[in-house]
Amino acid sequence: MSTTLWIIIAGAIATYLTRIGGHLVISRFENIHPRVEAGLNAVPAAVLTTLVAPAALGAGPAEWAALIVAGLVSLRGGLMAMFLAGAAVLVLARQFVG
Amino acid sequence: MSAQAISENGAKSEFWQGVRLSMPVVVAAAPFGLLFGAIAVDNGFSVLEAFLMSAMVFGGASQMVGIELFGQHVAPWLIVLSIFAVNFRHVLYSAGIGRRIAHWPLMQQAVGYFILTDPQFAVAERKAEAGETVGFAWYMGLGLPVYVFWVIESALGAVFGKLIPDTHALGIDFLLPIYFLGLVMSFRKRPLWLPVVVASAAASIIAYKTVGSPWHVSIGAVAGVLLVVILPPHHSGVEARP
Repeated sequence: MSTTLWIIIAGAIATYLTRIGGHLVISRFENIHPRVEAGLNAVPAAVLTTLVAPAALGAGPAEWAALIVAGLVSLRGGLMAMFLAGAAVLVLARQFVG
Repeated sequence: MSAQAISENGAKSEFWQGVRLSMPVVVAAAPFGLLFGAIAVDNGFSVLEAFLMSAMVFGGASQMVGIELFGQHVAPWLIVLSIFAVNFRHVLYSAGIGRRIAHWPLMQQAVGYFILTDPQFAVAERKAEAGETVGFAWYMGLGLPVYVFWVIESALGAVFGKLIPDTHALGIDFLLPIYFLGLVMSFRKRPLWLPVVVASAAASIIAYKTVGSPWHVSIGAVAGVLLVVILPPHHSGVEARP
């Protein structure tokens, strides 16, 4: 088999290990400590923030406008409305500020 | 109508409910699937290899990093390690989602963990937070379209890569951050949400500038989670149980 194929297979195994690993570790404990449970509840906001913050910092006015509008819409509307509003502002703003 | 038929109908509508929720993800991920295919071929992958990587790894950012390093002729073990590093955040997702899907049969769980991506985790957590059961049919409705489109788009991108127009003017390079912001916002009712967001944002930005990508994701995430673990439990809304 080619090296490329080995890289793909090993990469796939490594990825699956990350996707099942956290569960395998946690499920070994019968009782989850309240602090651990609180920590798990914080996972979505904590991880997803790291996918936005550096990207936002490195962006420009068009992207900031899109994020602000999307953030405001998300206070009232659903996920799809938020996403479409943000995307629309982004495309419009980029016509002007590049 | 028999009980089995009723539960089959229920599963069917659950599945389609999941499919509806998957649509923004399919739209936001589409350009990246095409882009990955195009870049993969550009960096020396065959169309089949690009297709296989998307089908087996199914992790956009890690595939991009892997293919970039491959093009620079980096040692294979280092490429695999980088893929692992980029995907390391899934360990936290896995630990979190396990509580929601523990009632599934083992094989279903094994499949469920395979398609555990950022939006998959976040949308499933939202459902659990609303007090609803995360069922297998619903979960697959949410994840399967994303997977199928991702794999097809990668192959299309690999075949037709040269035809992709100006991605910047169309704004597609910034669609995912917008979508992820929406997901962050959707968890704003959780205890200590703002402190977590501030801590993770600050830590990830500092780590991005010092340690560098992709470690900023894991470091930022751990900072936010640790903050909640360290603070006294009455802040975080989880009561000590007898």
